Amino acid sequence: MTQVIATTPGLFPLPDWAKDELADLKGHQKTDLISGDESGEVVAAYDEAREEVISVQQDAGLDRVVEGQLRWDDMLAHPLAVHDSVETKGIVRYYDNNNFYREPVVQGALSADGGDVAADLGAAAADHVDSGLQAVLPGPYSLADLATDEHYGDDAAFLDAIADFLVEEVKSFPDVETLFLLEPSLVENAPEDGEDERAADAIDAVASAADAEVVAHTYWGAIEEKAYAHLMDADVDAIGFDLVANHDQTVYNVQEYGTKDDVALGVVDGQNTLVESPETIRDRIDWFEQQTNSTYDTVYATANTETFYLPVNKFEDKLRALANAADLEAAEA
Amino acid sequence: MTGPRDQFKPADHPNDHFLLTTVVGSYPKPKWHDRARELFADEDADFGEDEWEESKDDASRLITHEHERAGLDVICDGEMRRNEMVEYFAHRIDGYEFNGRVKVWGHNYFDKPSVADEVEYGEQWLVEEFEFTDEVAERPVKVPITGPYTLANWSFNEVYDNEEQLAYELADLVNEEIEALVEAGARYIQIDEPALATTPDDHAIVGECLERIVDEIPDDVRLGLHVCYGDYSRIYPEILDYPVHEYDLELANGDYDQLDVFKEHEFTKDFAMGVLDAHTAEVESVEEIKENIKKGLEVVPPERLTVSPDCGVKLLPREVAYGKMENMVQAAREIEEELDAGEIDIVASGTQAHADD
Repeated sequence: MTQVIATTPGLFPLPDWAKDELADLKGHQKTDLISGDESGEVVAAYDEAREEVISVQQDAGLDRVVEGQLRWDDMLAHPLAVHDSVETKGIVRYYDNNNFYREPVVQGALSADGGDVAADLGAAAADHVDSGLQAVLPGPYSLADLATDEHYGDDAAFLDAIADFLVEEVKSFPDVETLFLLEPSLVENAPEDGEDERAADAIDAVASAADAEVVAHTYWGAIEEKAYAHLMDADVDAIGFDLVANHDQTVYNVQEYGTKDDVALGVVDGQNTLVESPETIRDRIDWFEQQTNSTYDTVYATANTETFYLPVNKFEDKLRALANAADLEAAEA
Repeated sequence: MTGPRDQFKPADHPNDHFLLTTVVGSYPKPKWHDRARELFADEDADFGEDEWEESKDDASRLITHEHERAGLDVICDGEMRRNEMVEYFAHRIDGYEFNGRVKVWGHNYFDKPSVADEVEYGEQWLVEEFEFTDEVAERPVKVPITGPYTLANWSFNEVYDNEEQLAYELADLVNEEIEALVEAGARYIQIDEPALATTPDDHAIVGECLERIVDEIPDDVRLGLHVCYGDYSRIYPEILDYPVHEYDLELANGDYDQLDVFKEHEFTKDFAMGVLDAHTAEVESVEEIKENIKKGLEVVPPERLTVSPDCGVKLLPREVAYGKMENMVQAAREIEEELDAGEIDIVASGTQAHADD
């Protein structure tokens, strides 16, 4: 019997009060964004906001709880944007969205750098989350894709260095049940021959460092066939698919190449305010199981993308819908 | 189709040649007008609907006259009544709702609206703005209006099968608004489609939207399309097929690095070229602007060149915005004199197209 676990890929919208308070404390310009050495007031505001979004998830009844990645001003580029060997440059477009981040330019060795992500997870674990804590990181391929390399001088060496850096982050994590590695670039900027195998190896390296269930989550479409075949070689517990953006190609990939025993399904649209009903979410999961003719040990029911694209009220509605969809399944079981 | 341009030439124009000078739309709001908006939003303040209307009228009159004082041939009121280029319209279209702010970057947010029901024409959008400006203005008035593709692309779509469908429905509403504007006397309409620059593969959708927009609009109404901050090689020359007279394009910001795009294929319509950078707070000199105008003459002959800033100038300090307008007009007049005297020989050889093309 399939276990449905309701979760999200993190990167939440800030609560509205925190949007105002942090804008006042930090400013509106690119030089005002997160640097990793925030003032006490800024830290306190983020702590309060983190506590709030953890409560929202727990009240909604999600099975996995993230710390929200509220400090990630540069979205998935955040772990590099706060690194000592990285200079943040101009504002550049974030994938195909009307959103922008500071281009991180790597200018020195990406050695372990204090565990910025681990620290936020630690804060969540220590105070508020007794069970079900989920970590979120950019996958190595996407993080390399979002950054510019001025140090390593070679794509393969750069990807390896990014993977090593993420491995060090993962090693400093507190106990987490699940790790989502977000890899939209596998879809949006598909790897070329050779690169696809290296991307899978890099994901494997990061996943292997984690003492948790690891999901390599892809979105904004379906991953190309060959890259998918390589990704299957990575030792992750589940691959995540965006059923909102492209379900047919995804089903084809799984029919042709199989998938892991567990699967993550992006069944709620993180970029549209239309709130899916729990029944619709459940139908989408059932449809995928029928189409791929499989019963999975675990289905992670999730938003397809990060959720900072949404206004807070619709974001919260969607968390409840995901949690209720998981309960719906339990009631019928 | 290069449109009825002569109606915008002032009767006392000093030169034989005429380079039409105008603006893209937005202009810095006087600080007192921003304060008035805040007071109007504050329930505890003694500042009601009448006071807010008065503030908008005063600001509109002031900036309309400021444009005229700068010497522009075609003016507008600097969009003093509008807050933002999508929100303003979404508030007036039935079917839209607002749920809260979303992040654009850093701590910059946008109250991105949702289409939660079928869109329908609600209250008037710009007719009152036009009538007021036209009443107080001595010069002809241009009306900038956000295009349906941008309205669709910068909204959440909860109702229609896809963004294309929503854009077409909105195009029909824009058509309705432009008909009302024309009825009120408007003769120069500029459709703003900045979203096209970020999703150039959708240029055919924008084309179909424009076909719907121009339906039954009289031939003597001049229609422009404004696009900015994108890779023009991905939409040009395809956009020349659009049913508009003029393309208003940002080029000064990139120091004309994309100018060759427009020379590789003959520019068969009117070219409204950005000669001022809207995002630098230094006023360009007359000489510098004249050099920029000459670059436009490499693309089209003077009778098809319009001179304007790259984009709306609302983010500049007001005195800088004014200084730029004033220098731009002087530069255009000096180029006209030099053309009259036969001192400029870098004129494009493009043949004049006709209104019935």
